[in-house]
Amino acid sequence: MNESSMSDETHSTPRRLTINILRHNPSDPGSEPHMASYQIDEIPGMTLYIALNRIRDEFEPSLQFDFVCRAGICGSCGMLINGRPDLACRTLTEKLDPEITLAPLPVFKLIGDLSVDTGEWMRAMSERLETWVHQNEAVDPDRLEEPMDPDLAEEIYELDRCIECGCCVAACGTARMREKFVGAVGLNKLARFRLDPRDQRSDEDFYELIGDDDGVFGCMSLLGCQDVCPKDLPLQTQIAFLRRKMVKA
Amino acid sequence: MKLVYTDVLVIGGGLAGMRTAIGVKRRGLDTIVLSLVPAKRSHSCAAQGGMQASLGNSVMGRGDNEDVHFEDTVKGSDWGADQKVVRMFTHVAPKAIRELAAWGVPWNRVRQGDRESVINAERVVITEDPRTHGLITARDFGGTKKWRTCYTSDGTGHAMLFALGDQTIANGIPVMERMEAIALIHEGGRCYGAIVRNLVNGELTAFVARATTIATGGYGRIYKVSTNGIICEGIGAAIALETGQAQLGNMEAVQFHPTAIVPAGILTTEGCRGDGGILRDVDGHRFMPDYEPEKRELASRDVVSRRMTEHIRAGKGVKSPYGDHLWLDISVLGRAHVEKNLREVKDICHYFLGIDPATDWIPVRPTQHYSMGGIRTDHTGQSPTLKGLFACGEASCWDMHGFNRLGGNSVAETVVSGMIVSEFIADFCRGDGSDINIPTRLVGEFLEREQAALNHLQQGGGTETSAPIRKRMEEIMIDKVGIFRTGEELDEAVSELETLIERSRKIGVRSQASGANPELVGAYRLQKMLKLALCVALGARERTESRGAHFREDFPQRNDRDWLNRTLATWPDEQATLPKLDYESIAVDDMELPPGFRGYGTRNHLDHPDTEQRVAEVERIRSEKPDADRFELQKTLMPFDHLLPEKYRGRNERVEIDHE
Repeated sequence: MNESSMSDETHSTPRRLTINILRHNPSDPGSEPHMASYQIDEIPGMTLYIALNRIRDEFEPSLQFDFVCRAGICGSCGMLINGRPDLACRTLTEKLDPEITLAPLPVFKLIGDLSVDTGEWMRAMSERLETWVHQNEAVDPDRLEEPMDPDLAEEIYELDRCIECGCCVAACGTARMREKFVGAVGLNKLARFRLDPRDQRSDEDFYELIGDDDGVFGCMSLLGCQDVCPKDLPLQTQIAFLRRKMVKA
Repeated sequence: MKLVYTDVLVIGGGLAGMRTAIGVKRRGLDTIVLSLVPAKRSHSCAAQGGMQASLGNSVMGRGDNEDVHFEDTVKGSDWGADQKVVRMFTHVAPKAIRELAAWGVPWNRVRQGDRESVINAERVVITEDPRTHGLITARDFGGTKKWRTCYTSDGTGHAMLFALGDQTIANGIPVMERMEAIALIHEGGRCYGAIVRNLVNGELTAFVARATTIATGGYGRIYKVSTNGIICEGIGAAIALETGQAQLGNMEAVQFHPTAIVPAGILTTEGCRGDGGILRDVDGHRFMPDYEPEKRELASRDVVSRRMTEHIRAGKGVKSPYGDHLWLDISVLGRAHVEKNLREVKDICHYFLGIDPATDWIPVRPTQHYSMGGIRTDHTGQSPTLKGLFACGEASCWDMHGFNRLGGNSVAETVVSGMIVSEFIADFCRGDGSDINIPTRLVGEFLEREQAALNHLQQGGGTETSAPIRKRMEEIMIDKVGIFRTGEELDEAVSELETLIERSRKIGVRSQASGANPELVGAYRLQKMLKLALCVALGARERTESRGAHFREDFPQRNDRDWLNRTLATWPDEQATLPKLDYESIAVDDMELPPGFRGYGTRNHLDHPDTEQRVAEVERIRSEKPDADRFELQKTLMPFDHLLPEKYRGRNERVEIDHE
């Protein structure tokens, strides 16, 4: 058992954090992108969620950022933390140097400051790749469900854990060059539906969706996606596997 | 004026809202979903442990059916629920789970043969029947007789939300993100849509609709510490209240979840205890069996939260800079189980506490978690006092949870109520009563009034700021309207909240930004949240009994004689500082399960005068029909089939295995 994390920090003097934020409000014609710097005292267990709210409450009521669950589950708070895409809500400041630099995720449309429009991007990707179960027969919900192998259900869940935070897209070299590239998030979704026997699409059908440079052949295998995925999804394996299957399709 | 017409306006893009939109779209209606955030980020995603539905596939759920689920839910509610609605719910829950399975939710499945499990801190071997191999399995949860909670690891809400989110896209339903309904448009007892603020550019739009559905979740964020996402501020319920006509039911019924981590207040699922995890005190002692010998850690949430608080008060809590807490020990389950079935819990412990729950104990404490109260509706999901206004999911008081919700019944309610209510909305829209008979001028007046109120916040010369008022409201709620309540503290809470609401009317927003303006948003939301806080505090003060999650130390008895009723709050006078409370009695004489002892918690209640007669009547009916099957018997006791949409009346198939 480990109680150290709860008691140690309270006795030491708090660190003074300097948080640099890339600020810009595109809906304000007078706004120019610039770095703004804020100083706050660290408290034990402080996350970037707590730190940013403190900055907004105390210094800068117009500061924009997105949080929902603040528990690392919903994917709202992806941002560049010292240059690396990650979830801000579950990032403890004590794990970082006292000078922290925050910027919005690239690739996505900027709403303001640290807030970007991942929703529009993800919906467009979903519509293009048709990321839902394609089943021809209507299912009668009064009847017993179709059995599924327990291991297969777990394998599907493994890929279903993606939270669409956008970190993989922000870390992707191809996504910066090709506006329509579906990213690891899109490819992982199709890998998930391909694995799912309830989805009746064939490899030929999937090829129609991702068999080009905006799909699986656009990936340059830099694999920034795999490095930054907050849910540790096996993106590298899935992309490689899909590419092999799509070559055969 | 920007004006948008649709058949069905759905406010809220979580599980309940999206399932409602899919339902009405399939009936050929035009619909728009409004959401504060991208729909897949809704708080529904934070549901971890699972969804109750009586499939009875696993050997530990064998013999389960709608009847058992019904009894568990009514007892859980401490007889506050509408029993007919509970019947509707338990009947449709298996259909909901099978529909979600067809839509791709990777429910965990039964694996035939032996597996090890932990029950009451002992390792046991469970043997699954080969005939159920591959069917949807279930885990144990609190307050249930059978293992009934279906799950995908501990990411159930996430998997459900993504499946429904994808179905919403597949059905071509527009979801307008970062849009907040700030007022309902209504006239002559009829709701015609909402005034909606664009959170990016600040623009107001009037959405005019035949039917308006509020599915905005709970109001947990009026409390200082809550497991709820930060968007769960109850604004949907508040705009209904602000019509002066729609009623909020049982707002004082607020659930505290036993195991949120300290200090962050993030949930660790009931599945931790369902799977065999135990609670320990400062001495490492497992204390729950001392209080609850029968159900131990798996009594209902209200009971476990009270017992934990009682134990902390007895000096058995663990001291910390953030106050006393207890330990949740899931290390007893073994690393393999934790890493497979409780992986979100493991992540949360890793990132927020720096511990590994496969070896370390988790610091936990009861924390605000769920709002049983909400917009009062009839069994169709419609407000009885404001036609054309529907509500479902946590935002509503439908009312299947009464004064305490069982774990696993909330995500279940979201989709089940979405299925049922969407059918009634579609029927409503096909009927004559759904014509949009409101002059455009009047719609314009609603919009102008909202714009004027926003302008007043920015330019009215107000001297108050919202942050300290909000902070104080949150503290009052947690300190004085929490797990244990007293008349004295509730008096203080009510009068101080009244002062705060007056102060909130004098807020002046510093930031003059016209577009996204977080300070302005915080100000108008706070004014609405204070009204909800007052409904909760006043409802709690007036209810001089203890029922479910509402516990009065000065009135510890459940008093069916005087309080077998539902609190109804309205806010008819805009300038008032208090809601108006009325009460709707809950009839005993047609209850299928007359009031009695729940089987856990303290046995202490005062009977309703009709209870004895109804108990005798139920006994008589049962004894007169010794050969009747369970469906026939149920129908005689309390018919409900006729209340369901026709398409959901079919019987639920189960795997047929004789009881051995």
